[in-house]
Amino acid sequence: MLHLMGGRQSVTAMETGMSDPLNERVETDERNGPLDALTGAGQRRVKRRGVLRWLGAAAVAAPPLAFGGETLFGKGFFSVAPKAAAAASIDGRLRRWTMVIDLRSCDGCQSVNKPPQCTAACIEGHFAPQPMEWIQVFEQSLPGGGTRFEPAPCQQCQNPPCTNVCPVGATFSTPEGPVLIDQERCIGCRICMAACPYDRRFFNWGTSAQPAEAVQAMSGMAYNVEHQAPAYRGTVMKCDFCPDMARAGKIPYCADACPNHAIYYGDLEEDVATNGHSVIQVSGFLSDNAGFRLNEEYGTEPRVYYIPGAGEAVGRNPMTKGRMPTVWPWKTTVSGSKTWTR
Amino acid sequence: MDAVSSKGMQYTDQGRPVPAEWREDLENRVLAPLAKTTWRYFVWIGFLLAIIALAVVMYIRQLNNGLIETGMRDRISWGLYIISFVFFIGISHAGTLLSAILRVVKARWQLPVTRMAEFITVVALMVGALFPLIDLGRIDRIVNIVQYGRWQSPLVWDLLAITTYLTGSALYLYLPLIPDFALCRDRLGATTSAWKRSFFTIAAAGWKGTPGQRKALDRAMTIMMVVIIPVAVSVHTVVSWLFAMTLREPFNTTVFGAYFVAGAIFSGVAAIIILMAVLRKVLHLEDYITKNQFMALGIFLLAMSLVMVYFNLSEYVTTGYKMEAGAPFHFHDLMVGYLAPFFWGYIIGVIAPVLIIAFPPTRTIKGIVTAAVFVLVAMWLERYIIVVGGFRVPLMPYDARAYAPTFTEWAIFAGAVALFLLIISVFVKFFPMVSVWEVVEHRGPEPDESEVVHHPVTPRMEAPVAPEVA
Repeated sequence: MLHLMGGRQSVTAMETGMSDPLNERVETDERNGPLDALTGAGQRRVKRRGVLRWLGAAAVAAPPLAFGGETLFGKGFFSVAPKAAAAASIDGRLRRWTMVIDLRSCDGCQSVNKPPQCTAACIEGHFAPQPMEWIQVFEQSLPGGGTRFEPAPCQQCQNPPCTNVCPVGATFSTPEGPVLIDQERCIGCRICMAACPYDRRFFNWGTSAQPAEAVQAMSGMAYNVEHQAPAYRGTVMKCDFCPDMARAGKIPYCADACPNHAIYYGDLEEDVATNGHSVIQVSGFLSDNAGFRLNEEYGTEPRVYYIPGAGEAVGRNPMTKGRMPTVWPWKTTVSGSKTWTR
Repeated sequence: MDAVSSKGMQYTDQGRPVPAEWREDLENRVLAPLAKTTWRYFVWIGFLLAIIALAVVMYIRQLNNGLIETGMRDRISWGLYIISFVFFIGISHAGTLLSAILRVVKARWQLPVTRMAEFITVVALMVGALFPLIDLGRIDRIVNIVQYGRWQSPLVWDLLAITTYLTGSALYLYLPLIPDFALCRDRLGATTSAWKRSFFTIAAAGWKGTPGQRKALDRAMTIMMVVIIPVAVSVHTVVSWLFAMTLREPFNTTVFGAYFVAGAIFSGVAAIIILMAVLRKVLHLEDYITKNQFMALGIFLLAMSLVMVYFNLSEYVTTGYKMEAGAPFHFHDLMVGYLAPFFWGYIIGVIAPVLIIAFPPTRTIKGIVTAAVFVLVAMWLERYIIVVGGFRVPLMPYDARAYAPTFTEWAIFAGAVALFLLIISVFVKFFPMVSVWEVVEHRGPEPDESEVVHHPVTPRMEAPVAPEVA
């Protein structure tokens, strides 16, 4: 059973005998539970000695432009790796992180009369620069004339078009599933943005409007692909599915902040997910409620599932249109920073 | 191979006479620009350098501030730079087509313009290949492509294809230049400056025209002309795959590779027609590049325009008939919406050659050059609607974004055009712009225009009686 619910149990998954010598234990603050997640990225501490080992091993394993048979079939080629060991279940199976968004419970935060709280929490937690909404709440027209809200994070495709096209392997799938971007390797060609059919990639066109804390919080720490802070100008960013938080037993900022608990996060391998409020069996929940994925016809196999709905479970009338615009709470941003429209 | 009769009269390998004074005049005309330079030339070069300097300044600004200096944003994440990239790579197909394909089929009429065509290829590739670099967010990490390059990426295919093509076409340009460098060495050696003399000597690679050298050159050229054709086709195919490998509605089509290759040949031929019209005037080559070349290329341009009409029908009718998700938006954009001026401008340019060249009254050098200008502009517009139109189709429920290149982008584009012209202008001073030895040996004096008009299909290339060869 996956313990995503409480900080007390959160290390369990990591303690259970990953025989991988590269495994580095994630230290978590025992007091932290899902509700504390909003307090920021400062709690996330990952030992980094293992990171160097990972990179060293990977560099040896991946000769540049290798035309060998191994490369041809994409095995063991990607020289970028998540900078912490993959999370595994108690019996040693790798986690396969997933997200289920119950649209029946999403009212675009109309009822609380605030900008979408998932987006707001994500922005605050990740220091996502303006105008990046890594999870963006779109308003989709319904056939009958009303609308429904669709929170869209990166769909974390299992067949990701973006990683296929990257010329330098700067974006890659991790063993647990999430698609990450190494901003220190990205060359800014933006072919991944052309390839992404969900409009979920964001470019740092100029010096991005991040608060000074984003830089401070990360100062003295090696760059970590799972943090994406600070933002590097001329590189691509996106939702990283918070695998570092999941490993530490917490659910992502967006799931945690949803006032209607519409966003579930969990593990497909153990078939379980939680919204921080209740626990579901993912397969049964999807079958029972006609779960779907965005643009199934693309063959991208997203890891993000949706339950159809228009906020009816929280009393929304589909004819009530519009939501509050997203705001970026930064009072001061790093010098020379600019914002733009997407 | 020089066929010289006992009287000293020279003939081409097909038995056409090559009068000595004609040959003398050809050599003088072709070598003249290499020997002396007027002040007008320096004014022209200065003008081009000024434009390039502005582009460099704007590029440095872009380096300092990031790509925010451009009109591109997340939803239209490629713009004028990639449009220009596709455009210049397209132009580069002129050389291959004219030179390699026609040499393979042993055509003769194109020999006076092969050199220019090959130059366009090399120069357009050099300029075009700059654009993906200008477009990079992190040019400082360019070495990552070598260090971490993944050959699964269409961008790496492009890199490999373009570098291969550039190397191959530079070699293919150089090989037929060797005898002409020897000519420069022998004719200009005494009068020109010391460093230019040593340049010609080195470039001529000890060419003396011995039978062994001729055989080796012939063999090398044969290999290169055959190799370069599939390379050229591959280049524009993988350029199209930058787009066709995505799931975006207007790009998601199998016709793109062939469509791009046809478009590339189309624009390449237009470019060579324009360039040869200009160089012919500037270098006073009217007697050697005549209506014959314009007519042949004009007919070819006409044929390619029909091919493009066919491709456009294949592309737009098949998608427009079904109107899959995304297509209605795209068609609205093209036909009556945001991109309508570009689209209809493109359509006019594509059919312009049919309207102009198909009718004898306008089938003149002026008419053909006009059609070529239409085509060149149209093909630029085509790349614009492909890139911007493709990115504009919303992927999620959001309002489509507009894109307009900023001054930075226009300045850099203008700088690239200026660089293209600058490199050609400089090369004119170092390389004979007509392949003298090939014209002398295989073509001879241009047939009279009246001959062409009245007997367009008579096999006049095969002279009935070849004089006895010494």
